Amino acid sequence: MSYKALMCGNEACGEGAVLAGCRFYAGYPITPQNELTAYMAKRMNETGGIFIQAESELAAISMVFGAAAAGFRAMTSSSSPGISLKQEGISYLVGCELPCVIVNMQRGGPGLGNIAPSQADYFQAVKGGGHGDYKLIVLAPSSAQEFLEYTYLAFDLADKYRNPAFILGDGLLGQMMEPLNLNLKAPVTNLPKPWSLTGCRGRKPNIIRSLLLGEGVLEEHNKRLQEKFRRMKDTEVRAETFNLKDSDIVLVAYGSVARIAKASMGMARAKGLKVGLLRPITLWPFPDKVIEEISGRVKKFLVVEMSAGQMVEDVRLAVNGKAEVDFYGRMGGSIPTEDEIFERIEALI
Amino acid sequence: MKKRRNKTGKSKDSKKQSVRQHVPVAEEQGSDVIFSRPQSLTDVENHYCAGCGHGIIHRLICETIDEFGIREKVIGIAPVGCAVLAYDYWGFDVAEAAHGRTPAVATGIKRVRPENIVFTYQGDGDLAAIGTAEIVHAANRGENITVIFVNNGVYGMTGGQMAPTTLAGQRTTTTLSGRSLRREGYPIKMLEMLAVLPGTKYLERVSVHSAQEVLRAKRAIKKAFKMQIDNKGFSIVEVLSMCPTYWNMTPIQAADRIKNEVATFYPLGVIKSC
Repeated sequence: MSYKALMCGNEACGEGAVLAGCRFYAGYPITPQNELTAYMAKRMNETGGIFIQAESELAAISMVFGAAAAGFRAMTSSSSPGISLKQEGISYLVGCELPCVIVNMQRGGPGLGNIAPSQADYFQAVKGGGHGDYKLIVLAPSSAQEFLEYTYLAFDLADKYRNPAFILGDGLLGQMMEPLNLNLKAPVTNLPKPWSLTGCRGRKPNIIRSLLLGEGVLEEHNKRLQEKFRRMKDTEVRAETFNLKDSDIVLVAYGSVARIAKASMGMARAKGLKVGLLRPITLWPFPDKVIEEISGRVKKFLVVEMSAGQMVEDVRLAVNGKAEVDFYGRMGGSIPTEDEIFERIEALI
Repeated sequence: MKKRRNKTGKSKDSKKQSVRQHVPVAEEQGSDVIFSRPQSLTDVENHYCAGCGHGIIHRLICETIDEFGIREKVIGIAPVGCAVLAYDYWGFDVAEAAHGRTPAVATGIKRVRPENIVFTYQGDGDLAAIGTAEIVHAANRGENITVIFVNNGVYGMTGGQMAPTTLAGQRTTTTLSGRSLRREGYPIKMLEMLAVLPGTKYLERVSVHSAQEVLRAKRAIKKAFKMQIDNKGFSIVEVLSMCPTYWNMTPIQAADRIKNEVATFYPLGVIKSC
């Protein structure tokens, strides 16, 4: 396919999955990700895949567990309250080392909150969320184009590590329509899945399990998982940077907020202020090396989020006291404006 | 644990051998086979208590799978509960599932691999409490899967708590003076509930408390698998099973209790067949 299209982030995410060979989707309605569910209903039908509107998020993630166990590329999506329900299944998927892709188009919380964009599920996505010691590769696209590309990539990463990959968007990115290019260059890798459940013809039976009761067996399993997470951390960090070389102040923001912060950086540069921007694309693994490298030189970091301050904790850990770290956040579905961020920059000078 | 050996008593390719290679026990002795362990049942010790019904029910499923010659096509889903380790006893592909999500996992597998034979094995806590939504909706969608529902009226794995199927007056660790209908509600008849759904095609309740009932249970399980093989849709067999440990009974008393008490509340027989 080589053509341009006009799509919202939700649809672009769905198309990225289809292009990556996803042929199983199970989901449950929740705003602001309903366009994705509807898109998958249409595209699974067109591509001979399976679409199931599940009875709950708990069931949807378990259906994905089943399809992934059977060796198929599978995806589910939801928004914040629904993602909380999916945590059960996510923990099982990690424990059983099953690859799949999970999408969260975040909305305001806590509780039922509202349906406006938010980034308040950062901790849940990058620190664990479900029970047990685990990590997911968390990708944070900031445009419809990136939803297409990073969802496509997420399937390869999930298969590569036999671990769920997570797309963290928000209601603004999910519902905003943008032009995008559907011509994806990187080939999709289709790794063999000898561990999958196909029926045991010609081989020993395969068992998909996370229950390991033997003495020390679960610890060994955890050590192996941690080794895998270390490999992810060493190889999968992705970030975009602007003007880091000469900046006194570096903004740190991801997703939709990164685009607003970029405009604020432009306003500051127009006034001769040396301001740069770091946009983490992988929220886990976090680009802490990039921050470490510039921490001795940069005077101040300004972290901007649509939350009470979650990613800022990871920035502080990476800065490790070598520079001042300031935070500006909006909560409950409110979106920061470029003027607000610019004012905050001016106040730091 | 028995190790398989060839006739000289020495294993030729011992490295390749494992407990998951199955040969009927009688064959080793070179005699005519009149009774043997099914190939689908692994040759290991199980963890079930004396007088528990799970071992019998595992065997009935494995005999059925062998008789249909579908061992290499079967994918089982093990529950959370006493049968959580069922995959150690089955010689075919098996997945675990989160507690109660068993039919959802089965749905995911069966939809992408319709040529495989997919069944769930669930207890009363898994199916009738935490997984009520999943079983009702898998049934209502008419998923072409087979469900083996083991009803022993208690949570065994966790120490004998009240189950949704616990009978009125029955003492458990969470109903010390017996299940009160006013306080804990009524025992749930899952098959009767599911029978009203047009998506369900074959529902039968059986028991394993006597040899005669075991034979009936085998016929029902075989029919339920046949339904799936013939693409006829959702089938479920509820098996009333003994839990002497948490009924505080001997195995014989427990078998008698099914006959005299449990089966009078949960009537045996075909609930629906189409």
